[in-house]
Amino acid sequence: MTQPTLVMGAVAYAPKVVTIWEGFKDWFARQGLAFDYVLYSNYEAQVQAQFDGTLHLAWNSPLAWVRAERIARSRGLAVKALAMRDTDCDLRSLIVVRADSPLQDLADLRGRTLGVGAIDSPQATLLPLHHLRQAGLVPGRDLAVRRFDVLGGKHGDHIGGERDAALALLAGEVDACCMIAGNHLAFGLDGTLPTGGTRVIASTEPFDHCNMTASPGAPEADVTRFTELLLAMRWDDPQVRPLLELEGLRQWLPGRTSGYARLDRAVDEEGFYDADGNILRADYRY
Amino acid sequence: MTPTATSCVRTIDIESLGLDEGALLLVRQALSGLPAGARLLVRGRAPHWTLHLEAWCRQQGHELSTHTLPDGTLEAVLTRGAWAEGRWHDAMATGRSQLASGELPLAEADPAWGLAARGATVEAGSPAFGFGLRVRDEIWAGTAAEIYRQAAAGQWDPQTAVDWDAPFELPPPIEAAVVQVMTYLIENENAALVVPARHLGQVHPHYREVQQVLALQCADEARHIEVFTRRIGLRGHQPMRSTAGGQASLLTLLQAPDFSCTALLLSVLGEGTFVNLLNFLHEYAPDPVTRQICRLAARDEARHVAFGMAHLEHRIAVEPDVLPRLQNAVEQRHEALAPTAGLNEEVFDALVLLAGGALTPEAVRRGHAAVQQLKQEMAAGRKARLQRLGFDPALAQRLADMHTRNFM
Repeated sequence: MTQPTLVMGAVAYAPKVVTIWEGFKDWFARQGLAFDYVLYSNYEAQVQAQFDGTLHLAWNSPLAWVRAERIARSRGLAVKALAMRDTDCDLRSLIVVRADSPLQDLADLRGRTLGVGAIDSPQATLLPLHHLRQAGLVPGRDLAVRRFDVLGGKHGDHIGGERDAALALLAGEVDACCMIAGNHLAFGLDGTLPTGGTRVIASTEPFDHCNMTASPGAPEADVTRFTELLLAMRWDDPQVRPLLELEGLRQWLPGRTSGYARLDRAVDEEGFYDADGNILRADYRY
Repeated sequence: MTPTATSCVRTIDIESLGLDEGALLLVRQALSGLPAGARLLVRGRAPHWTLHLEAWCRQQGHELSTHTLPDGTLEAVLTRGAWAEGRWHDAMATGRSQLASGELPLAEADPAWGLAARGATVEAGSPAFGFGLRVRDEIWAGTAAEIYRQAAAGQWDPQTAVDWDAPFELPPPIEAAVVQVMTYLIENENAALVVPARHLGQVHPHYREVQQVLALQCADEARHIEVFTRRIGLRGHQPMRSTAGGQASLLTLLQAPDFSCTALLLSVLGEGTFVNLLNFLHEYAPDPVTRQICRLAARDEARHVAFGMAHLEHRIAVEPDVLPRLQNAVEQRHEALAPTAGLNEEVFDALVLLAGGALTPEAVRRGHAAVQQLKQEMAAGRKARLQRLGFDPALAQRLADMHTRNFM
């Protein structure tokens, strides 16, 4: 029996993950690349598997990338961002209030309650809180933070936390809440948020989302071939298009790491991981 | 280089309409006429509209840059991505929606056209549907569209088309004869419903007219089953007897090897024979309700015969070699039914009694003669239709005589 050459980890944040990677596996096989995947219930276990020889590759959240990069550095190793989706680049998160709220800008949040997403959500928790600190507001001291923890360990891939925070905003349980801009539009379109019922008082700087991370010591030639194939996937190929649609991209782009600097600082500010990638937060369940 | 307003080929102003309030429709419409790489200038005043536009463009693969004008107005330059066209590369054409008189649909329908309307443009990569009947000549009839129009116009409401309250009183043996005949009709109508229904699910929607004819054929049979059932219960009775031989005869219809053989056995021979039977019942039935329902059912069945004939005429015209196969289907059915009893004697006696009108020797003589006459007319009708399809007179006679003694 031929053993797969490349093994990739992915987090099963939704049932479609199986469809996506089964489809990719089949497509890679038809291109002559032996590829298999392993599903994890959380990013923490996946990142650790990048360092015990289990995984050559991992489809990582931005937070998982930060952790992998820290662990690698602490061991004198290196991980590499091979590719990312076109939709992973230059995202923004918003801080939103009800349209009739007296709050006009970030300073007005002082003494108020902010609803955030899951403890490990870059877009709905860590990056917005970093944005507040940049504006001189320390979460927990200058304003209260109410977390809407849904599916810990999924790093906010499951948008349930953002949705719950938005619903709490409508119910008057929080004064403001955080969500990625695309979800603010989506919640408006699907009726979660009434049209014209909310107002944006702040927007974060652009940041990047997931990337395909090569583990230290992954076979170089195969990783290169894998990356070439990934970047060669075409939206106008009807065999591939349904998979790209499910994964939410039009095109794979070469990986870049310039969009993670703010998240890296946020991780330190919130005491989420230490410099070696160890988990610090005792209230983190995954 | 940052794209500028002057490089845009089109401009829209969404005014104060938010993207989450429907403005996306205006953006999509404006983009739809632009080639990949062309630029659209969008102006708006809704709160945070550019944040939403930015998120939407990222999802859709369009580039976006925003500018603030000296007066504070925000405008966005959207560069159309190549991806929207990509979806329609290699898209499939699926023929013409409306056929001119005498025009044929395509000879074969692609399984991947799936459920799309005939004439629609179907995205490549659509799933293949397992429609078993997707070759035109195996199912087509030149007059299918016209037969469908007639069928749609000829639908009747069992509640209002029949005068269920018409007064009548029958002697118990005559009422029992009616109930027995209705019992027999229902099981035959069940076959005439189930067989086209099985085909209906297999016909590729490209052959819309055939699909529509079969759908109304099923609706017709459903009504027939209803009115015959209501007639049984009209005077408080339950259905009577169903024989093994009768059901064995009907089972062979469900086992017919293909659409054309079914058209011959069920429609041309079976339902054609039934038209004679229903006309006979319309003439001899002892009460107005039975006469009305048999007249209505006969009208529908005549359409079913017409469709079966039209299909076989098309099939034989394009594939004359199919005639021996059709002959074979009649012969095989005859052999399969040789050991069975044929029309059950309860039904035969009931028909005699209805035609005679009373349990007296003279009335029974009259009734018996009428039923013999009916059987001759049935056989003559079958022979005439077979001849019209191209069987020579001697063979047509032989095949007509081989038809099941159970009539359907």
